[in-house]
Amino acid sequence: MTAFLIRRLGFAVITLFAVLTLVFVLVRIVPGDPAQVILGDQASREAIEALRERLGLNLPLYQQYVVFVWGALGGDWGTSMMTGRPVIQEVLNVLPWTLELTFLSLLIGVVIGVPLGVAAAVRRNRFTDYAARIGSLLGLSFPPFVSALLLLLAFSIGLHWFPVISAKSGSLSAWVESITLPAINLGLITAAYITRVTRSAMLEVLQEDYVRTARAKGVPWSVVVWRHALRNALIPVITIIGLYLGILIGNSVLTEIVFSRPGLGKLIVGALNQRDYTMLQGMMVIYTLVVVLVNLATDIAYGIADPRVKFK
Amino acid sequence: MSAPVDTQPLLSIRNLTTSFRVDGQWRSVVENLSFDVGAGETVAVVGESGSGKSVTALSAMRLLPQANSRTEGEILFGGHNLLTLPEDQMRHLRGNELAMIFQEPMTSLNPVLTIGFQIGETLKYHRGLDPQAARAESLRILERVRIPGAARRLDDYPHQLSGGMRQRVMIAMSLACRPHLLIADEPTTALDVTIQAEILELIKLLQEEEGMAVIFITHDMGIVAETADRVVVMLKGKKVEEGETAALFRAPQHPYSRALLAAVPRLGAMRDEVVPKPFAIIDPQTGQPVPPPQCDLSVDASEKPLLEVKNLVTSFDVRSGLFASVTARVHAVENVSFDLRAGETLALVGESGCGKSTTGRSVLRLVEPRSGQVLFDGDNVGELDKEGLRRARQNMQMIFQDPFASLNPRKSVGAAIAEPIIVHGLADAEEAREQVAELLRRVGLSPDMADRYPHEFSGGQRQRLCIARALALKPKMIVADEAVSALDVSIKAQVVNLMMELQAEMGLAYLFISHDMAVVERVSHRVAVMYLGEIVEIGPRQSVINNPAHPYTRKLMAAVPVPDPERRSMRRGLSLTEIPSPLRPVGFVPPVRQWRDLGGGHLVMDADPTA
Amino acid sequence: MSEVLSPARAIWQSTLRAFNTNKTSWVGLVVFVIVVLAAVFAPWIAPLDPLDQNVMLRLKPPSEDNWLGTDYYGRDIYARLVYGARISLIIGLASTALSMVIGSAIGMIAGWRGGRLDTLIMQVMDILLAFPSLILGLIIVAMLGPSMTNIIVAIALTSIPPFARIARAPTIAMKEREFVDACRALGFSDMRILVGHILPNILPEILVMGSLWLANAIRTEASLAFIGLGVKPPIPTWGGMIREGFENILDSYWLVLAPGTAILIVVFALNLLGDGLRDAIDPKLKGEA
Repeated sequence: MTAFLIRRLGFAVITLFAVLTLVFVLVRIVPGDPAQVILGDQASREAIEALRERLGLNLPLYQQYVVFVWGALGGDWGTSMMTGRPVIQEVLNVLPWTLELTFLSLLIGVVIGVPLGVAAAVRRNRFTDYAARIGSLLGLSFPPFVSALLLLLAFSIGLHWFPVISAKSGSLSAWVESITLPAINLGLITAAYITRVTRSAMLEVLQEDYVRTARAKGVPWSVVVWRHALRNALIPVITIIGLYLGILIGNSVLTEIVFSRPGLGKLIVGALNQRDYTMLQGMMVIYTLVVVLVNLATDIAYGIADPRVKFK
Repeated sequence: MSAPVDTQPLLSIRNLTTSFRVDGQWRSVVENLSFDVGAGETVAVVGESGSGKSVTALSAMRLLPQANSRTEGEILFGGHNLLTLPEDQMRHLRGNELAMIFQEPMTSLNPVLTIGFQIGETLKYHRGLDPQAARAESLRILERVRIPGAARRLDDYPHQLSGGMRQRVMIAMSLACRPHLLIADEPTTALDVTIQAEILELIKLLQEEEGMAVIFITHDMGIVAETADRVVVMLKGKKVEEGETAALFRAPQHPYSRALLAAVPRLGAMRDEVVPKPFAIIDPQTGQPVPPPQCDLSVDASEKPLLEVKNLVTSFDVRSGLFASVTARVHAVENVSFDLRAGETLALVGESGCGKSTTGRSVLRLVEPRSGQVLFDGDNVGELDKEGLRRARQNMQMIFQDPFASLNPRKSVGAAIAEPIIVHGLADAEEAREQVAELLRRVGLSPDMADRYPHEFSGGQRQRLCIARALALKPKMIVADEAVSALDVSIKAQVVNLMMELQAEMGLAYLFISHDMAVVERVSHRVAVMYLGEIVEIGPRQSVINNPAHPYTRKLMAAVPVPDPERRSMRRGLSLTEIPSPLRPVGFVPPVRQWRDLGGGHLVMDADPTA
Repeated sequence: MSEVLSPARAIWQSTLRAFNTNKTSWVGLVVFVIVVLAAVFAPWIAPLDPLDQNVMLRLKPPSEDNWLGTDYYGRDIYARLVYGARISLIIGLASTALSMVIGSAIGMIAGWRGGRLDTLIMQVMDILLAFPSLILGLIIVAMLGPSMTNIIVAIALTSIPPFARIARAPTIAMKEREFVDACRALGFSDMRILVGHILPNILPEILVMGSLWLANAIRTEASLAFIGLGVKPPIPTWGGMIREGFENILDSYWLVLAPGTAILIVVFALNLLGDGLRDAIDPKLKGEA
C-alpha cells in the first residue's frame, strides 16, 4: 500500500509539472505578442517594452520557465492585469464557493446515484431499470447550463422560490437559498452519471462466480447484493468518480455563470473576456492542483476498497 | 467404500426438465432426468460439454437465473420439493444441508472479503454464531481441510492463496455447517494433477468423517472410477445409463457409454507398444468399433535431427518499486536442451508454470529467449532477421489450446486458412482457394464450409480448422501447445488420431506440449518431463513412463486418476503440495545439474537435495 | 449451426441484431437522422433568413410568421435553430472523427507495443484525462481564437485520451488471445495483424463510443459558445443563441428554451443510440437476455 501510494504521489508530482509546462507552452504559442495583445493596438513601443520587461518576456525561455514554475510552486502567481491584485488572492477569495458547490453536488450524486444504480442492476430489464436508465441518460444529456436555465426559469423566475442571483449573505437561510438550485443542478447530473456507472459495474459483478458462491452458502439476497456485490462494484465506481471530477469542475463553471454565483467559473470567464493572461495561468495552476489532489484521494479510496492493491 | 443402503434416498431427482429461454424460445438443457442419491453415497454425474450435468446441479441448488430459466419435475430432499420451496426456506437449506463447490477456485471466492469472514458468514446465517464464535469455528474448519498455518490465513484475502488452497477454502466454506449433501461441480478441473489428487483425497476423507453424500459432476472418467459408488451418464441433457461404478466400467450398456469409455486415455495402455498408436474409437451411435487409421509412425533414428535446442533460457523481468526497476526474474525456461527428428513426436509434460509452453513459444521465437540456441533445419533461429524468421516460420507452425481464441472471429475460415498462403506468396487467390478446399478435406471437414465463421463450428471442428491453417504453409514441424486439452474425451481421441495420420503421411515432427500423461503416452515417441523450467527427465516414451526415474516424474504419474474402479489407487496421504514459483532474484545462478544416463537415451537429472 | 452468410450480410445482420437488442437505439438513430436531414436541407425547411434583422420584430413570442418567436435583433429563431444545427453537427462530427482516428491509433499502438512506451503514452493520456476537459478546451480556444477550425481542434484534443483508453484495452485483450500468436507464427507483419486482424475486432466498440463522444462534442461546442467562445456571430449556433437569450431571460424565456431543447434532443438521441448499441456489443454482459 505504501509503495502504491508513493508511486501515485510521484505520478501526482509529474502531473503537476506536466500541466505547468503545458500552461507555459500554451501561453507562449499564442499568436502575437502578449504585451501587444494586452495593451491593444494603440499602445506605444515604450509601454509594450515596459510590460514585456514586467512580465519577464525578455528573459531567455528556460529562465522564463524556471521563474514561472518556481513562482507557481511558491504561491507567486503574478498580478491580475484586470484588478491589479495578486492572482492567488483573487483565486483564494472565490475558491470556497466553488469547493462547497462541488462537494455538495458530489454528495447528492453519490447519495442518489449509488442506490439507484444498484436497484436498476438488481431489477435488470424491469420497470425500475428502464426508468433509472432513461432518467440517467436524460440527465447526462443535459448541457449543465441548459438544465440550470430550466431550473432558473421554473423556480426563480416562475415560482419565485429562489433569488435569481444567488449570492449568499451571512445567514443560514440565505446560504441555503443561494446554494440549493446550483447544487441540485450539478447534483442531479452527477447522480445520473453515478447511477449508470454503478449499474453497469453491478451488472458485471452480479455475474461473477463469487456472487453465485455467496448464494450457494445461503447468505440472504440483500447481503449478497450490498456486501458481496457492491463492495466489488465500488472499485470501478471510485475510479470513475475520480475521473468524473474533471467534468464536474467544468460543469460548475457553467452553473456558476447561469446562477451568477461567485466562484472559479466566473473568475475564469472574466479573465477570458479581459484577456487577463496572468489570471488564466493562475487558474490553470489551481485547477491542476485540485485535480491532482482529487486523484490522490481517489487512489487512497481505491487502495482501501481493493485489498489486491496493497500487494501490486 | 460401499454406501450404506438406506430405504429412503437423501436426494431424489424425478423427471427434471430444465429449459433456458434463448432468443425468445424455450430450449431444454436437461430433459426428463431422474436419479437418486442415498445418504453417504457418492454419485458421479458424467458427461461431455453440453450434456447438462452442471445445469442439473444448479437446478438442485436453485441457482439458475430466474429471468430466463425454467425447471419442471421434482427434486425431493429431506421431505421438501426443492423446486417449489419458497426462496426463504431454500436459502436456509443452501450451505446448511445442501452445499456446493465450483470449478473455478480462482473466481469463486470474493476478492475483497477475508477468508475468515467468508467462512464465518455461513455460520452466522445458519448457526447464528457471533463474530468471535464464528471466527473460532472457521479456524477449526480451516484446520480440518489441512491448511497449514490456518490461524494466519483467516485474515488473508483470496488472491494471497494458490488455486489449490482456494479450493480447500471453498470446501471448508461448504462444509462449515456439516451438510448432508455436497455437490462438487468439476472441483478439480482447473487444478494441476498433483493438486487434483490431493483435493479428491480430501473430499473423500471428509466425506467419510461426516457421513455426507456427494454428487460429483465431472467429465473425467478417471475421477469417476476413483471416487464414485454409482455413475449417471448424461448425453445432450438426457440420462443414457446409470449403474454401479464397477459394473458400468466393466460392461457399459449404452453405445455412448461404450464410446466414452473407449476414448478415455488410460495411462499404462501403451506399456508394450514401441511406437505411438491411434486410439481405438467406438461409434457413439452404433456402439461398434471404428477401424483406427493405419499409420506407420516409426522414426529413423539415424537421421539428423530437424530441431536442436541447446541450453535454452527464457526469463521474464518482474518490475516493481518506484522506478519500475527489475527486482526479480521469472525463470520460465532454464537451460533446456533437446532435439526432434522428422516424423517424431516429443512430448513436453509438466504442471502449470513449469515452462513447457514458454519453451514451445521460444522455439518459434514468439518470445525472445535470453540465451541458448535453436537450430531448425539448418537455420539458427535466434540469429535470423525479420525476413528470415518469416521464412523459417513457414516450416514451423503452432496450434493452441483454445481453438476458438486462436481463430479470428471476424474472418471466414476459408479466408483464415488462405491468408498465410497468400501472405507468403505461395499461391494466388485462385490457387489458394483450391488449396483451402484440399486442406479442409484433409482434416476431415467439407470444403464448402470455407465460407462459414468460427462460431458456427464445434470445438473439435475448430481445432481441425486450426490444424488446417497450420498445414497451409506445409510445415515440417508443429508445436502443439495443449492442443487437445480443452476438447471433450471423444473429440480428443479423434483429433489425436488425425494428428497421427497427418504425421505418418507428411512426416511431420510434433513438439507436443501437454499436462495429460495419458494422452502423452498415446502420442509420443519420446517424453521430456519439465519442472520449474528445467527438464528433469527425458527419454524414449516407453522407458520414461514404464520406469520413471526422477521423483517428480513418479509423483506426476501417481497422481493421474486411473479410469478403472478395480484399481483404485492407494491412499496418497494428505500431503499438501504447493507448486513452487520459478521467480528468482536478479543475478540468480542456476545450480549445476548432474545427469545420469539410464541407457537408450533416457537421461535423468539427479534429484535436487533441497527440493 | 446457422446458415452460410457472406461477410457483408453477416456484418449487416449483426448490426441489425445490435440495434434490436435495445430498441431505444432505433429511436436515437431516427431522431439523429432527422436532425442531420434538417441541417442539410436547411433552406427548404426554414424559409426565413437566419441573419435577417428587423427592429420592428425584436423579442416577439412565437407566432404564425415566426414559429418560435424572434430574438433581440428581430431574427427568426426557428430559422436560426435549423441553421444552427449545421454548426453543431460539423464541429461535432469533425472533432469526433479527428479524435477517434488519432486516439484509437495511439491506444492501439500503446496496447500493441506494451512496455515502457505504453506506460509513457498512457501516463500522458491520464494527465490529459484528469484535467477538466471543458477548461482545457476553453483555454485552447481562448488562446488560439474562436474560429471553427480552432474549436474543432480544441474539442478533438480533449477527447483523444478517452479514445486512446477505449482502443488500448481491447487491443491488449486481443493481443493475449491465441489467434494473434497464431498470426505471428504464420509470419504476418505487425501492421497486418494490427490493421487486418485486431482493428476489425475492436472497431464496433470504438464506433459505439464514437456516437457517445459525438454527443459530448456537441454539448461541449454549445458550452463553449455559451461562454462566448463559439463561432463568431452573427452565424447562428445553439450555444450562442442561449448566450444571447440569457440576457433577456426575465421576460423572453423562449429565446433560451428553443435552442436548449434542440441541444438536449440531439444529445439525448445520440446517447440513446450509443448506449443501446454498447449494451448489445458488451461481451461482459452477454449470455443474459
